[in-house]
Amino acid sequence: MRYGETGVNLEIDLSRGSVEKVETDPRLTELFLGGQGTAAKTLWDRVPPEVEPFSPDNLLIFTAGILHSTPVPGANRVAVNTFSPQTNLMSHSLMGGFFGPEMKHAGYDQIIIRGKAQKLVYLYINNDKVEIRDASHLQGKGTTETGDVLKKELKDDKVQVAAIGLAGENRVYMASIDHGHSSAARGVGVIMGDKRLKAIAIRGTKDINIAHPAELFEASMKLHRQIADSDGCGDWMAYDEDDSFHHNHFAWGNARTRRKNFWSKELEERWRNIKYDNMDRQTSCYNCPKNCRNVIKMPGKKRFGYKCYGKDTYHMAAFKELDFSYDILGIAQEYGLDSYSTPQVMAFAIELYEAGILTDKDMPGLPADSGDRFYYLMEKIVRREGIGDILADGVSHAAIRIGNGAEAYDHNTTKKFEQLPIKLGKVNLAYFLMIATGEKMSITQIEGSFPQDPMRTMEERQKFVDNWTSPPDDKFKDYFLNWEKRDVMSNQAFCEIVDWNEAMHYIDDATGLCGFVSSFRGQFGGDVAYNIHNIPALIEGATGIEMDKEKLWEVFQRNRTLVRAINVRRGLRRKDERPPEDHWAVRDEEKEQQLLSEYYEFKGWNEDGIPTLDMLDKLGLGYVGEDLLERGILTDNDTISAKETSAAIDKV
Amino acid sequence: MKAGLKKKIVKEIKVDISKCTGCRSCEMACSAFHAVPKYSSLNPSKARIRVYMDEIRDIYVPIRAGGYTQAECNGRNLYIINGKEYSECAFCPASCPSRDYFKEPSSGLPLKCDMCEDEPPLSEPMCVEACKFDALTYVEREETVAMEGTPLTEKQVELKAAYESLVKTHGRKKLMDVFSQLSKR
Repeated sequence: MRYGETGVNLEIDLSRGSVEKVETDPRLTELFLGGQGTAAKTLWDRVPPEVEPFSPDNLLIFTAGILHSTPVPGANRVAVNTFSPQTNLMSHSLMGGFFGPEMKHAGYDQIIIRGKAQKLVYLYINNDKVEIRDASHLQGKGTTETGDVLKKELKDDKVQVAAIGLAGENRVYMASIDHGHSSAARGVGVIMGDKRLKAIAIRGTKDINIAHPAELFEASMKLHRQIADSDGCGDWMAYDEDDSFHHNHFAWGNARTRRKNFWSKELEERWRNIKYDNMDRQTSCYNCPKNCRNVIKMPGKKRFGYKCYGKDTYHMAAFKELDFSYDILGIAQEYGLDSYSTPQVMAFAIELYEAGILTDKDMPGLPADSGDRFYYLMEKIVRREGIGDILADGVSHAAIRIGNGAEAYDHNTTKKFEQLPIKLGKVNLAYFLMIATGEKMSITQIEGSFPQDPMRTMEERQKFVDNWTSPPDDKFKDYFLNWEKRDVMSNQAFCEIVDWNEAMHYIDDATGLCGFVSSFRGQFGGDVAYNIHNIPALIEGATGIEMDKEKLWEVFQRNRTLVRAINVRRGLRRKDERPPEDHWAVRDEEKEQQLLSEYYEFKGWNEDGIPTLDMLDKLGLGYVGEDLLERGILTDNDTISAKETSAAIDKV
Repeated sequence: MKAGLKKKIVKEIKVDISKCTGCRSCEMACSAFHAVPKYSSLNPSKARIRVYMDEIRDIYVPIRAGGYTQAECNGRNLYIINGKEYSECAFCPASCPSRDYFKEPSSGLPLKCDMCEDEPPLSEPMCVEACKFDALTYVEREETVAMEGTPLTEKQVELKAAYESLVKTHGRKKLMDVFSQLSKR
């Protein structure tokens, strides 16, 4: 009997119309756990680098976390992975809600989709019954609308649906996969559309077995209480009406303009009214005692849900106010558009128009008002009509295709992916490393455990550190206590801090835990529910796999290194690891590059950012090393490894 | 107290649907508590509480399994509450032929809430403990009721429901034959 997992993967080939259930090797669970980890293993094994993202041989993989469908609260984010046409690298996306747990109750840890359907289809999974069904009646339908139609057709409100909208159907690179009011962004909807797969509707009524029942249940109920009571968990922006953080510090328009004094009490009051006059309720994901999602219904518009910065991206890109975002978000959600990258693409187009690089010939009938322009562009993009066909490939590709100086306006991407619009003064070296080397493509997917900023007085720092239980090692407390200026710390400290931040994301994305109770949240206040100390016992309680801190850390290193190897095999190198040049006004190229070298060495990668044979061997990834040797990506001389790097935890 | 009357503790779970966030922790906890052995497996579809959910229409109603009913209802009401339309099904606790609610998924046997009877007793049912938004709260109230014959215990009620369901599937005669054969062994 398998514990904490089903031990079965579902293999769908849309070209052949075949469905297969494949038992998995339990040793792989021990090595990669689940989520992005096992997805990376599948992609490494089965998608060689020659496979283009739009090839039928590309895989689209949904993987549940190892803690999904256990009593552990806040474990519900399913990992969605594939190769992205925007970056040509591995796409990594997460979707909260109910989909991952439902997969496991249906009997599957992973759904692996290959091939392309002849015409639009959807996948219906009801426990052992799996059918590829015609979806012509769903063509052009919105994401939540599709879910609604399918739930009614299948006569079950507990069917969980993940769907693409018009954006995905038309292979827009910014297309998301949406599941109710949860969304998987960053380059996965486009591949679902390319495979002609409109939706997956899944229902499961099977047991998930728990290895250590009483212990795990008791620990979970305690965590329920703790998370519910803690201000250090969940998305505080769901409750706090003061959002000066994003508005005063992030850049508006095409990641261009800071408005440092934008926020005011008057504005806060006005926006609070807009919110509460139109908010139905705050909702939760599966088995989570936080209600981070604000559900809004504007008169005459579709109901939508959002979290955190998601409510700001559209109005900040369009220089509007909250009501603008509230109006457009319901439409964008139905089209299935990522609300982080899409507004940037549109603001980029408007800048090009104002600079005369795009003209009325490219955008006939473009309205005068910036908000109206967003609606205009959105319609063009989701239909790939006219200029929309070019913009639908994202800022970097669009800039190249438009040419005529447009490249200079592509100033906020890394690895061809739109970054958060943040433009600051002095370089923060921890952030330099994270933006440069992160392969989950967004800063939100790597930052999160160590605070963003130092505290002023020693007294404040001491108080913070006294209550701080999450650091893997006491040295992080020393780093924080002695931290005075944001940009001043030893290179060793920067490396270790970034490594710890990254570790927690890789662990969450394998366990299925949500970043708002774990990896992302500790940076704000420190009082986060999950950390490297308590997660191992939960994994052991659910699965029976012996787990401790060191072993879990090694899972992180293995998963992380494998993702790096996958991308290296597709061409990723040091030269690509550059944050946007204007991310900080004051840069120090020499210092940055020195640090990057030290970080690579710390990670067990060579000067070009390629994992060394030693490191790969140490993690049980010898076969990866052999492949890289065969391809000439590594040579026998590349064995010079990092110094002993058990990363942040030296023998603790 | 008048002759023929007695005091009875009525256990109630108060449901505030405006506070429900749709997290389904109640389903999780219920299914874990009723697993055999306790907490050994998770399966919300075996829970004796179910959040009737419709994200698009903002409808969230936790309903508790009330009991088995043989017949489908012959017509249902639609309730409009604050402009939102609820089907009667959204409030109905029955394990009935017209829907899949409150049936053990593999056997089809009806499920019924037992208020988490346990030894020693829990301070409140598991679903209430798991609900951190106070959409579910537990209330005990004393009521004076007329004495009847010896009431069935929870276990007997459960067995009775199982018995009736088997009768329905196989017919009374066949069932009795099997029972008498088995009891001879």
